[in-house]
Amino acid sequence: MTPRNRFRWRVMRVLALCRWLRGGTVRALRLGAAAASSAPPSQVRQRLGPCRAVPCRAVPCHAIRGGNGLSSPVCALLQDSVTVEVLDHLERLALVDFRDAEGVERLREAVRFAERLREVNTEGIEPLDSVLEDRCLYLREDDVTEGNCTAELLKNAREKVEEYFVAPPGNIPLPELEERDTFLKGS
Amino acid sequence: MLRASLRQISAALKEGQITPTELCQRCLALVRSTQFLNAYITVAEETALKQAEESEKRYQRGQPLGELDGIPIAVKDNFNTAGIETTCASNMLKGYISPYNATVVQKLLDQGAVLLGKTNLDEFAMGSGSTDGVFGPVRNPWSYSRQYKEKSIPRSDSEPENSNWVIAGGSSGGSAAAVSAFTCFAALGSDTGGSTRNPAAHCGVVGLKPTYGLISRHGLIPLVNSMDVPGILTRCVDDAAVVLGITTTYIFVCSMSLFRRLSQSKLNSIYPIYIFLFFSVSCHVSGSLAGHDPKDSTTVQDIFQPFALPTLTDVSKLSIGIPKEYHVPGLSSEILAVWSKAADLFKNAGAKVVEVSLPHTHYSIVCYHVLCTAEVASNMARFDGLEYGHRSDMSKSTESMYAATRREGFSDVVRGRILSGNYFLLKQNYEDYFVKAQKVRRLIANDFVKVFGSGIDILLTPITLSDAIPYVEFIKEDNRTRSTQDDILTQAANMAGLPAVNVPTALSERGLPIGLQFIGRSFQEKQLLTVAKWFEKQVQFPMIQLEEVKKHDDGVLQHQKSASFS
Repeated sequence: MTPRNRFRWRVMRVLALCRWLRGGTVRALRLGAAAASSAPPSQVRQRLGPCRAVPCRAVPCHAIRGGNGLSSPVCALLQDSVTVEVLDHLERLALVDFRDAEGVERLREAVRFAERLREVNTEGIEPLDSVLEDRCLYLREDDVTEGNCTAELLKNAREKVEEYFVAPPGNIPLPELEERDTFLKGS
Repeated sequence: MLRASLRQISAALKEGQITPTELCQRCLALVRSTQFLNAYITVAEETALKQAEESEKRYQRGQPLGELDGIPIAVKDNFNTAGIETTCASNMLKGYISPYNATVVQKLLDQGAVLLGKTNLDEFAMGSGSTDGVFGPVRNPWSYSRQYKEKSIPRSDSEPENSNWVIAGGSSGGSAAAVSAFTCFAALGSDTGGSTRNPAAHCGVVGLKPTYGLISRHGLIPLVNSMDVPGILTRCVDDAAVVLGITTTYIFVCSMSLFRRLSQSKLNSIYPIYIFLFFSVSCHVSGSLAGHDPKDSTTVQDIFQPFALPTLTDVSKLSIGIPKEYHVPGLSSEILAVWSKAADLFKNAGAKVVEVSLPHTHYSIVCYHVLCTAEVASNMARFDGLEYGHRSDMSKSTESMYAATRREGFSDVVRGRILSGNYFLLKQNYEDYFVKAQKVRRLIANDFVKVFGSGIDILLTPITLSDAIPYVEFIKEDNRTRSTQDDILTQAANMAGLPAVNVPTALSERGLPIGLQFIGRSFQEKQLLTVAKWFEKQVQFPMIQLEEVKKHDDGVLQHQKSASFS
């Protein structure tokens, strides 16, 4: 995470906390294992492992799921990690939005599917970045081998001035959730 | 003539039975008449003819550049081609013209190949049906074959005849369909989780995924950098070897004896480096596509020496592994039957056929899912509308322009993968998902090292769960579900970086192709293809009987356009 993103993440947390304190929709505060009434069966929780550090600002699943509700115990658990705050954060990081309830459900499905990895014992196993890890990475000589293609490179840009790519005003963060054009608004 | 193999047509060109221009024109005519397949996104008619003319001059001078000179080929639309649009079947890159050629494309052109056009795919190669691109789905040529039509039961009278057509598989479905429909002699695909082998299996062509690091990825628009490899689609194994670059003679027996010696020396799995070095020294390939590229630091630097693909007559020294974990739930009985018949074939010919175990196979698809989305999230960050590709009219701020551009440019499938990838990469999730998946990846790769270390030469597995299904059935499930089902037998080879090839094996009850997969050791393409060639000869897969091309075009194909080199 870049320092900038980390900063944004902190800002987000503070803002989210403010919003939570302000109230709004009904929110269920859940603190780790001391779960609320919709606690999942214990064996599922066990499988997911005790090390699950989750933000404790969860909102009920239905608040953001729209109409197509799922009532599986795993989904109940996922409420812990896929909160509106996380969704909002993801939209800001990814710079794409969920579009609709289906988009959110797609993420939930993806996370649910990935949970199966927890079943694998990986104690003492080093992560594998590349199958060529046992070889030296090739570095070519630090020589200029091509260039003078400014005109050609600029051809694909829609907006440019002289030899510059033109961007709209910078250093303006994306609007807050409530002001943004997103499906998450109001959840 | 168009049904010939690459090597046959190459010989015909050399003997002057046909000129490159004639050949190119005939291929282009077939591309036009099979437009309803939607295999091509861009047909580069003008430049193709120009290239053919140049090739013709070389033949007239008696100086052709090699076996590929004058051979019409097609390239998946996620490889950059200078002067020809590269879209990745996405709104994001519509109209994008790369200033350079991908290394593999350049290598083919340097050897005189004639580039007919760019083939259709799933958007950014994310999919397994070639149904999720902005230019519409690819139709499997076998849908229009006599074999399929004779055996398929008409669905009902109320439904139009057209709705019976089956998917081409994906994501390199356009490339597979182009080769299968005889519009070109070889095509490039890309293979991240099975995207070359899956459509090859469904379209009844050979699909080779080489070892990671053997072929340059420079200019291939990346999906998952640690797994992507350019793939080769051809009508037969020999042709795949030609395109890969296995050309002059080398004694197969020599390398075989090395394997035997190695397997007897009881090297265990903690010596992969020695095995690796030993093999890469003992076997080298070179030529058409394989080899180091200074522009891709992940291509290996070994100096590859070319050798020919020998005809194997004796398989008794071979040890074929049948991984029991590939007998997955959902595997159709038909595929299972073909698989065991193939194993028997080897056994009866004297090969040692052993059941082996790759215990972490079960988790491979989950691991792939996490690593793929994570790398996708990172890779897709380049599309911001500033320097190339689609740009939104939003001009409030840079960030909002980025967001609007990406909202307009990416399909739901792409957005979904970006968002879940970002989720797995969140600070609080990074260890639990991304690093965890990388650890599981090592376990999967080690499974293969152990099996090959135990003396197995080649693994034989199924490649798809069933034969190709009709489009109307396919789209009932969403992309993620489909990819999970369809990549299940193929992505493990990508996780371990191993070479794998689809060999068309038999026709299903519905008259559609069934393929089997051979997985070899790292950088042992020669051994892999030699065995594949032997197998291909034994099974005698029938040629597609394409019924005379009728008017199937129903307006789906209006986007096809011509392009020219600038």
